[in-house]
Amino acid sequence: MPGSAIEIENLTKEYPFGFLHLRKKTSLEGLNMQVETGEVFGFIGPNGAGKSTTIKLLMGLIFPTAGNARILGKPISDVEMHRDIGYLPEQPYFYDYLTAAEVLDYFARFHDLTAADRKERVQRMLKKVGLETAGKIQLRKYSKGMLQRVGLAQAILHDPKLVILDEPMSGLDPVGRREVRDIILELKRDGKTVMFSTHILSDAEVLCDRVGVIVGGKLRGVGAPGQMVDMKTQGMEIVFELPAGSNAPLLSKVTKMGERYRLQVPEEELYAAIEQLRGAGARIHSVTQVKATLEEFFMNLVEADRAQAAAVEVNGK
Amino acid sequence: MRRAGIVALNTFREAVRDRVLYSLVFFALLMMVAAIVVGQISIGIEESVIVSLGLSAISVIGLLISIFLGVALVSKEMEKRTLFALLAKPVRRWEFLLGKFGGLVLTLAVNTAAMALGLLLVMLYVKHTLERSDAVVLVAVYFILLKLALIVALALLFSCYTTPLLAILFTAGLYIVGLYVQELRNLPVDVMNPGTAAFTKWLSYLLPNFENFNVMALAAHGRAVPGALILQNTLYAVIYCSMVLTAASVVFSRRNLK
Repeated sequence: MPGSAIEIENLTKEYPFGFLHLRKKTSLEGLNMQVETGEVFGFIGPNGAGKSTTIKLLMGLIFPTAGNARILGKPISDVEMHRDIGYLPEQPYFYDYLTAAEVLDYFARFHDLTAADRKERVQRMLKKVGLETAGKIQLRKYSKGMLQRVGLAQAILHDPKLVILDEPMSGLDPVGRREVRDIILELKRDGKTVMFSTHILSDAEVLCDRVGVIVGGKLRGVGAPGQMVDMKTQGMEIVFELPAGSNAPLLSKVTKMGERYRLQVPEEELYAAIEQLRGAGARIHSVTQVKATLEEFFMNLVEADRAQAAAVEVNGK
Repeated sequence: MRRAGIVALNTFREAVRDRVLYSLVFFALLMMVAAIVVGQISIGIEESVIVSLGLSAISVIGLLISIFLGVALVSKEMEKRTLFALLAKPVRRWEFLLGKFGGLVLTLAVNTAAMALGLLLVMLYVKHTLERSDAVVLVAVYFILLKLALIVALALLFSCYTTPLLAILFTAGLYIVGLYVQELRNLPVDVMNPGTAAFTKWLSYLLPNFENFNVMALAAHGRAVPGALILQNTLYAVIYCSMVLTAASVVFSRRNLK
């Protein structure tokens, strides 16, 4: 199905603060972004970057100061659009006097499902998120990770076309994270659109067709995880061993790692370096390209943002 | 409305599981003690003392539940963020509010009905019989329920725009003021300047009149409540609740849920 599942135009959110609410803090500044139908979109940024603000705006939990957005072709103010959306809030919390099965059944009722259909879906979802044996325990006895699983189950219970997950891996152990990854991939296979926020970049790299990077309330880039970083090779890494008594050539550039040595050279110097190593009797184990990771790209943006903020502060003084 | 009903039933379930109905145990104990003690110390007026005591207990227990739970209806959902997942479903904010209101009123209705039954049983124990005129007790209990519904609506309105503590204070304060609305209406407006007189009159009709719902004296003496008053109080509660809930919906529909 072609087209954008989410279209965001100039979305801005300011919060008044101070005694008379005369001062304003901008949480999100002129966000323009699209999430295409059928893709897994990662919304990444450090804490306080504006990820949850964006998601809450999309879900109608808070209201924009300026701009607008459409989800599945409908304006975000249209409550009926929620029929086709699943949403997992950040650090979800549910009615702790209910069991997981009851809370899922409660939410399912808003989607006009029959009693039999609700019962079948609730059981299926509990199994899917690994809670089939804990379904009859009140949520007040659940751990944070278990609540996260309940949150995920309620988000996908009604078979939505679009699933928006706010920090879905938060609070989960490695097994839980793996299961959430599998669920996201399964949703993609089923043709669903998934947008999730995270500050765990490895999750975004593994799962996403595209990512949007947001820092300080501003979108800094959108693209495939590989395109987001400088695709040009930063250099070549050679790992090698030397026979006993030999001196490592290019010694100033070599790092010793136990019995092995690591050498990073510019791409154009690769063959010359290999010749020198062979001349010294080195046994080469591997030659690999060195690329910037999404993490490095991300950290560069964060540091640039901090530097800019510091500069503004200094100039302001 | 169907979605408001789903919220209402869940609110009722919450109240039951949070042991709100345990207040019935307290009421039962109070009435048992009263039945024994009153029989010994108030010769000839046992019935009126029992009715007054029972209706007062129903009113006070209901007041505590309606103010504290009424304020918590929305504020607890916002504080614990249980509201986030719910409002991501196809539910309008006014449907959520109406459901919460309906759920607590249902809880109060069940609670009040059970206490009324308890009161009738104690009356039966004291008098050894129940007469047709004793039905006035049920009218008094109905009026208490109308009053409690009004208090829940006010608590809900205040909790939509201020902190729980302030909402409790505002609701309780307005309840106390509402007991003296009739006095406000009886003030000698002729000796006031026209501005103050108009303001006093306007204020006396704006404030909820809780004294209208008090027919305890009639009930204690087994005197009938006029049908017109039943109709008037019912309409007053329905219209006032509708206005307060509409105001709450307007406030809540614009609130950012951070």
